[in-house]
Amino acid sequence: MKQLKYALFTGCTAKESTPEQMMSTLAVAKKLGIELIELTEASCCGASHLQDYDDFLSLVLNARNIAYAEKHALTMVTICNTCQLNTAMTKHRLDHNAELKAKVNEKLAEVGLEYKGTSQITHFLYALIDDFGLDKIKEMVVKPLSQFNIAPFYGCHNIRPSELQNETHKGHESAYTPTSLDDLIVACGGLSVDYVEKTKCCGFHAELQAPRTAAVLTGNAVAGAMDANADWMVTPCPLCHLKLDTQTHHASVAIGRDVSLPVLHMQQMVGLALGCTSEELGLKHHVTKVDFV
Amino acid sequence: MDALTSQKVTFKVFRFNEETDYLPYFNTYTLDVTHEEVVLDILNRIKWDHDGSLSYRRSCRHGICGVCSIKANGKGILACKTRLFDLVETFGNEITFEPLSTKRAIKDLIIDKKDFWDKHAAVNPYITGEIDENPVQEHLVSPLDAEKLLEADYCIQCGACHYSCPAVAINEEYFGPAAFAAAYRFSADVRDEDSLERLHLVNQEASGVWDCVKCMECAEVCPKEVNPIEKITKLHNMVFEANIAKNNVATRHAVGFAHSIAKHGLLDEGELVRYSEGNIGVLKHVPVALKMFSKGKIVLPWNMPKADKLDEIKKLVKSSSTVKF
Repeated sequence: MKQLKYALFTGCTAKESTPEQMMSTLAVAKKLGIELIELTEASCCGASHLQDYDDFLSLVLNARNIAYAEKHALTMVTICNTCQLNTAMTKHRLDHNAELKAKVNEKLAEVGLEYKGTSQITHFLYALIDDFGLDKIKEMVVKPLSQFNIAPFYGCHNIRPSELQNETHKGHESAYTPTSLDDLIVACGGLSVDYVEKTKCCGFHAELQAPRTAAVLTGNAVAGAMDANADWMVTPCPLCHLKLDTQTHHASVAIGRDVSLPVLHMQQMVGLALGCTSEELGLKHHVTKVDFV
Repeated sequence: MDALTSQKVTFKVFRFNEETDYLPYFNTYTLDVTHEEVVLDILNRIKWDHDGSLSYRRSCRHGICGVCSIKANGKGILACKTRLFDLVETFGNEITFEPLSTKRAIKDLIIDKKDFWDKHAAVNPYITGEIDENPVQEHLVSPLDAEKLLEADYCIQCGACHYSCPAVAINEEYFGPAAFAAAYRFSADVRDEDSLERLHLVNQEASGVWDCVKCMECAEVCPKEVNPIEKITKLHNMVFEANIAKNNVATRHAVGFAHSIAKHGLLDEGELVRYSEGNIGVLKHVPVALKMFSKGKIVLPWNMPKADKLDEIKKLVKSSSTVKF
C-alpha cells in the first residue's frame, strides 16, 4: 500500500489542554506508517464561537488554513470534531459560492495566498477507517482490548449535519446510527457497548454561558455509558474529552448522581491495541485516572 | 404484492392516556410494509385494523401543516413525509414510535405544544411596519432581499427541532431553534421595523441565542431543511452588527476568540476563560484548573504556543474584521 500522507491540522487543544491527544496521534501514525506534515502556520478555527462574532473573519482564517494544506497538495486531516466541522463548513461554503470565494481570496491575496478548493478535509478517525482500513488495523493489533466494554462517544460535529458529513466522510456515517467508532472498537478487539447518549451533545460549547445545561448533558452522557456497563469511554473529539474527563464533579451535582469513567481519545485506544506504551499515549495527563493499563 | 418491495417490520407504539394511565406503555405490532408507505399510512393501519383507540395528529398529508410530527427511534419526523423504508434503512426493522416529547404526552402520540407556541409567540413572529391602507401597488421585495431570509420562511412549526433540542429539554426558559428561526425570518425581512426589538429579545440570557449548545440536532432533524442553527448563528451576528451585544460572559466568549487569534494565531484557552468570566468570575474555575494543571493540561502564559507566520494572521484579522465590540 502506498504510504498515507496528510497535512495535519492540530487545532488548539492538542497544543494546550490535551497534550496526550497530540502524543497519541503521532504515536499511532508512526505505528501505522502514516506521514503527518503539521500545518504549523494554521490558526484557530474559531470553534463556532468566532463565527458568532465575525463570520467573514472566520471564513478567511479557515480558508487560509486550507490554503496551506493545498500548498502541500495534501488532504487535510483534523483531530478535533469542531475543527473538522468549521473547516469542512468553510470549504463547503466557498466551493458552492463563487462570489464569497472571490471575496475571501481578495483578503488572502494580501498575504500571498489563494484558496483553490483542491484539498479534501477529513478527520483522523475517518482517515484510519476509510484510507488505512479497519482490516489492516485489526491485523496490526498486538494487545486486543478484549477484556473491556468500551462506550463510544461520537461528538456532535463529526456526525451532524448529515449533508456536510456525507461530503467529507464518504457518505457512510449516519447521524442516528453511526458506526465508525463502534467498528474501530471492534477492530481493536474491544466490545462496543450501545447507549442512547453516544450520539448526544456533551455540552462543551455552552459550558461558560449555560453551565447547568452543559453539566446535565455531561452527566447524562457518562451516566448512560455507566448504565451500559462500560469500563471506559472513547471519543474522537478532544473537546468532548475535556468535558467528560474534567467536569464530572459539576456533572454529578447537576444530575444528582456520582458519575465518572475514564475517557480515552480515539487515538489512545488504537495506540493501546497497537502496543504503544502508556507514556507514548500520555495517559498520565487524564484528570479521571486511567487505572486499567 | 411484489416481494422485493415489501417486508415485515415490528412497531413499538407509545401509549398513554393522561386521564386513565399512571404510566405509559408500548403496544407492539408486526406489519407487512410496502415501499410506497409513509409512517402515517402505518399509523392509520394500526388504528383502522388493530386498535381504534390509538391517537395521533394528522391533517394535510402533504408535509406542509406540521401537525403529524412524532419521533421514530428518537428521530423527529413528519409522519406524512417519512418513508418507512428510509427508516428501516437507518434503524433496521424494529421501529419505535413516540410522541415528540414523552413528558408532554396527552394521549398516545399527541402532545401539548403550549411551551412551543408560547415561545414562538414571544419572539413577535410577524412583520411590524407602517402599512398604507390604500396602497397603489404591492410592496415589492427584491430577489436579493428575499434571499436574505435563506430558508427561514419554510418553517412549518412542526416542533421537531424544538423537541429534539437538548437545551430546550434542560432549560425551560430557552426559546429553542424554531422560535429563533422565526425571529431571524422576520428580523431579516426588509419590510420589518421591529428588528432591533426582536434582537433584544433573543439577546437575553437563559432564554436567548447564547444558550445554544451547538449540537446541530435542529439542523439534522428539520423536515423542511430550515437549518435553524444557521439562523441562530445569523442572530448572533446581527446582535453584534447592531451593536447591542451586552458585555457578558457569552459575548466575551465569542469576542475572546478574535483577541486570542490576533495575539497568538491560536486560542489561549486559559486567557479565554479569564476574559469571558472576568477576574472574579474566573475564580469558580480554579478547582478544575488546579486538577488540570497537576496533569500538565494548562499552558502557562510564557509558554503559550504561537502559530507560525503570525504576521499573516495579524494582518488578516485586521483587514478582514467586519464588526467591533
